Amino acid sequence: MKNLLFIALVALITASCSHKHDKLPYLGEKELVENIVDGKTITDTVYQQIPPFQFINQDSLPVSEKNFAGKIYVADFFFTSCNTICPKMHRNMLKVYEKYKGNPQVGILSHTIDIKYDLPYRLKSYATKLGISGNQWQFVHGSKDSIYSFAAKSYLVAAYEDKADPQGLVHQGWFVLIDKQRHIRGAYDGTDATQVEHLLQDMDILLNEDEK
Amino acid sequence: MKNSTFFILILFAFIVGGSSCQSEAELNYIRYYTTGKQLYESNCQNCHGNDGKGLAMLYPPLTDSIYLKKNKNQLACIIKNGLKGRIEINGQVYEGEMPAQAKLSDIEIAKIITYITNSFGNQQGLHDAQAVNQDLKYCK
Ligand code: HEC
Repeated sequence: MKNLLFIALVALITASCSHKHDKLPYLGEKELVENIVDGKTITDTVYQQIPPFQFINQDSLPVSEKNFAGKIYVADFFFTSCNTICPKMHRNMLKVYEKYKGNPQVGILSHTIDIKYDLPYRLKSYATKLGISGNQWQFVHGSKDSIYSFAAKSYLVAAYEDKADPQGLVHQGWFVLIDKQRHIRGAYDGTDATQVEHLLQDMDILLNEDEK
Repeated sequence: MKNSTFFILILFAFIVGGSSCQSEAELNYIRYYTTGKQLYESNCQNCHGNDGKGLAMLYPPLTDSIYLKKNKNQLACIIKNGLKGRIEINGQVYEGEMPAQAKLSDIEIAKIITYITNSFGNQQGLHDAQAVNQDLKYCK
């Protein structure tokens, strides 16, 4: 009897472990919504979604959520003249780019928070020097009033102006993983190589999850 | 070649002399190098990488030993005052801007220089605070 229990326990643990690995959690706010289906009330959990957006990219072309339809993508916030965490972040983001290069189901979206300086041509020069061509990795420019609140509300990333900072701009180095339904499925410290390894594994899980 | 012969001679002298402890000069070099590594990690590594390979065409590598040798006496100036404009490293042209780090003291700069000029395939020995003090008088 004891043995049986033990086996059951082990089986349960293994089952829950493998289960854990084929689906990623949902992050951000959630809301319970009641729907009436066939006369019965059904409660559904609705997770936070990235709202529609409109930016200009490194080729001076408009970019919106439509460019990411049918894709999972990784989003971050940076600026080209940032000399603290950004070089580290993009050294790590290059790993994401290299691994999924040419995969139509994967995109990268880097938002500049330096609206004054990082005009599209500067983003282009930055992208080219980083070795990025094509539009799988989009570097985008928005308007100043919207970018900080957009970062905080949509992607849960803090970015703001700070007179006390030597560069005047402060932001967090999160890489935020978004699924095809524009839900937040992971957040990783983009300056930390181990967390970025984790991101790469989670991206494979997310791509598989969508296939099922 | 000359350098390594010299090094082997010194090593030989140590062995023959039966001295197992390190010379003061050697200890000094080790002190500079180890603190230099820490200073590199906090002030330079973001851009130039933990392996000194830089980042694509944005940040040049520190692996061009000819450049580092030729500009040895300008390295302190580069660190203290920053660097801007076209430079050629390992046959590639870079056109970026490295920010000045005026807050670093002569001894800190000396330690960083000792670290980078003895890592990433470079081997130039100690560059002490006095040398840095001299270098900084002749910045281009
Ligand atoms: C914000 C990023 C950044 C940081 C931090 C930085 N550098 Fe640089 N470094 C650059 C760029 C960009 C250049 C090329 C400048 C140019 O093109 O004129 C450069 C050039 C150099 C060069 C000459 C070219 C070469 O590759 O040999 C040396 C030496 C150098 N840096 C050393 C350092 C040292 C030592 C530190 C730390 C004290 C440091 N750098 C910190 C960005 C940076």
